[in-house]
Amino acid sequence: MRMSKRIAGNSFTKKLLAGAAFGIGLTLAGQAGAVEIEYWQYIFDTRVKAMDQLIGKFQAANPDIKVKQTTFPYADYQTKVSAAVAAGNGPDVVQLFYGWLDGFVAAKLIQPLPKDVFPGAAIEADFFPIVSAMKRGEDYYGLPTAVRSLALFYNKKLLADAGLDPNTPPKTLDDLVTMAEKTVKRDGAGNITSEGFALDMAGQDHQWWREVLVRQFGGAPYAEGDRKVTYGDAAGAKALAFYTDLQLKQKVGQLGFMDEAQAAFKAGKATFTIDGTFRLGAFSAIKGFEWGVAELPANAQGVRSNYASYFANAITAKAEGEKKAAAAKFLAYLSSPEAMEVWLKVVGELPARRAVALTDANLANPIHGPFLAGLTNAHTTMFVDEAAQRQITMDMVNRVLLQGQSPADAVAAAATAEQALIDRVTKK
Amino acid sequence: MHEAPATPGTERRAGRLSDRLTLSAKRVLWAWLFLAVPVVFYGAIRFWPTAEAFWISFTDWNLLRPAQFVGLDNYRRLLADPLFWKVFANTFLYLILGTPVSLVLSFAIAYHLDRVRFLHGFLRALYFLPFLTTAVAMAWVWRYFFQPVPIGPINNLLASLGLPAQPFLRSTLQALPTILVPAVWAGMGFQIIIFLAGLRAIPTSYYEAARIDGLSERAILWRITLPLLKPTLVFLVVFASIGFLRIFDYVYNMNTNDPGGPLDSTKPLVIMIYQTAFKSYDVGYASAQTVVLFLILLAISLLQLRLMRQPT
Repeated sequence: MRMSKRIAGNSFTKKLLAGAAFGIGLTLAGQAGAVEIEYWQYIFDTRVKAMDQLIGKFQAANPDIKVKQTTFPYADYQTKVSAAVAAGNGPDVVQLFYGWLDGFVAAKLIQPLPKDVFPGAAIEADFFPIVSAMKRGEDYYGLPTAVRSLALFYNKKLLADAGLDPNTPPKTLDDLVTMAEKTVKRDGAGNITSEGFALDMAGQDHQWWREVLVRQFGGAPYAEGDRKVTYGDAAGAKALAFYTDLQLKQKVGQLGFMDEAQAAFKAGKATFTIDGTFRLGAFSAIKGFEWGVAELPANAQGVRSNYASYFANAITAKAEGEKKAAAAKFLAYLSSPEAMEVWLKVVGELPARRAVALTDANLANPIHGPFLAGLTNAHTTMFVDEAAQRQITMDMVNRVLLQGQSPADAVAAAATAEQALIDRVTKK
Repeated sequence: MHEAPATPGTERRAGRLSDRLTLSAKRVLWAWLFLAVPVVFYGAIRFWPTAEAFWISFTDWNLLRPAQFVGLDNYRRLLADPLFWKVFANTFLYLILGTPVSLVLSFAIAYHLDRVRFLHGFLRALYFLPFLTTAVAMAWVWRYFFQPVPIGPINNLLASLGLPAQPFLRSTLQALPTILVPAVWAGMGFQIIIFLAGLRAIPTSYYEAARIDGLSERAILWRITLPLLKPTLVFLVVFASIGFLRIFDYVYNMNTNDPGGPLDSTKPLVIMIYQTAFKSYDVGYASAQTVVLFLILLAISLLQLRLMRQPT
């Protein structure tokens, strides 16, 4: 301001003026050059809220980076991401389901994480081993903030009504069946009015069957990186028979009862259901509903297993130069212990870093504890087409339940169909 | 368009273009100017994507990878796919069951409604109401009706009468007719209105003459009403057929956990296309299915034109 007064022919002033103009120019450039990166995820209320908090904290610590969050309904999410990235418009950091990785890598939608910021050895030391699903060759393509696992939800009131201890959930599959038999309620005609165990193959039961029951009955669902189907044997048939017997023999549940297992459980009309961390919000929202969570039941030999899944964050192929550096910084923050704690508090999903997850407080937590315990022996199925593979498992169960096919035939047919699907997709 | 020859009397100095055109040529030009808007619009959002779908059906496009030409592979795979034949049969089952049932019911209602004077307008509105309601909302209400005990009203009624509960949507045999119930019910409002209009269009003198001749009501129905309703019938048959061939919302919403299930027993072609394209992202294969559906609908529409052209 002072300078304007002194504008004269004097060369000193001119220099000063030039210098000032340069300085102003620099600050302007600095502001305009604050790197803006875009982050995409699907719409899920608590996830969007948690991300808003994380972006706020990240921007406070990195004033030179701006993060813009864009969200889409889950149904369109994958289509929009591929269309936008292909057109060069998409996000710099994107959220993707671990099962989509092969498609995203093949389409060159995302790039490997820079090794200087994300050294592989550190990832393997700090994260739960299931993050290996994001590794192709020597490269990691993404990291999760949080992971999900399955657990057995139980209705305390229904247990108490049947004279059982509401605080002792079943530890083994046999316990589960016995307790389900004691708590199921039927009307005079034999129609179930309250389930012992809520069957729902379209929900999480297909994961339970594939990664847990098949193993507990002595089989293995897949081999060769989940590219070879191996459940089509006697063990698979036994696992299927265990599941379908719940409806056909013990009659403790009925597929389609109250439409969905979670609806039956929510309405207090099912003693047990298997579901994931993502259901916690819906169940806790109901006042006066007393339920508990237990680790998935073991088999008689004590074998336990679980299914874990996650959404990871990755850097898209479009991010280059300073945007890539900013994206890497943001991704590093999203995978930091601080971000994981925010996510656990806001969304209820489990931290992906072992040290953050397996704290004494978390393990002792009656809700998070059982899910965390499940994480330690969890498997992630490397789907090639999750919807189609789930459909095959659903059809397998329906053939036994609706058409009276033997479990051995049904499991063999499902294995053949799934192998054909995997072969067709991976051949390309 | 006919170009009117320039009339010799309108010689003028070479002036503006509009001056050199005859009145009728100008009219044609204006007509095309206005027509251009829908033509461009339909060309861009209807015909171009349709042409594109034909091309994609010869590729292996999956949204992610650039499309590669694979010739007739998708069509060969379609013919060898047992699911396609199952779905093909289902689609025609919707047509074969849905069209006659809905037309007979709506004709019967329209025929009797036509004679009712008391509360005629109210009743007509009542029948038309489902047609105005969102299919998704209706499908969910009907889905609730067909639930098993303890929440499904129909099964609860059966149970209270001491009858065995029915699986409805959870049965490979009952599921398809069950889904047809709301679909037929919702389409009936429209069909009743069209039938009523058709019935009103028949000159009353025919009926008077028939009654004077002493024809029975039955004979009047078969010899006068139905033959004179033929154009209405043909229109409704074609309209209903296309509707049932494209059925989607009722199937999808009455069984969102397993759309087209159980065991594909209710899956029509449109659901298969949707799942192939937007669940498995197998867009090339889905386009081939779309082309097949397009050909079926085209064949039926051509059949319609043929039937309509025949003298009544």
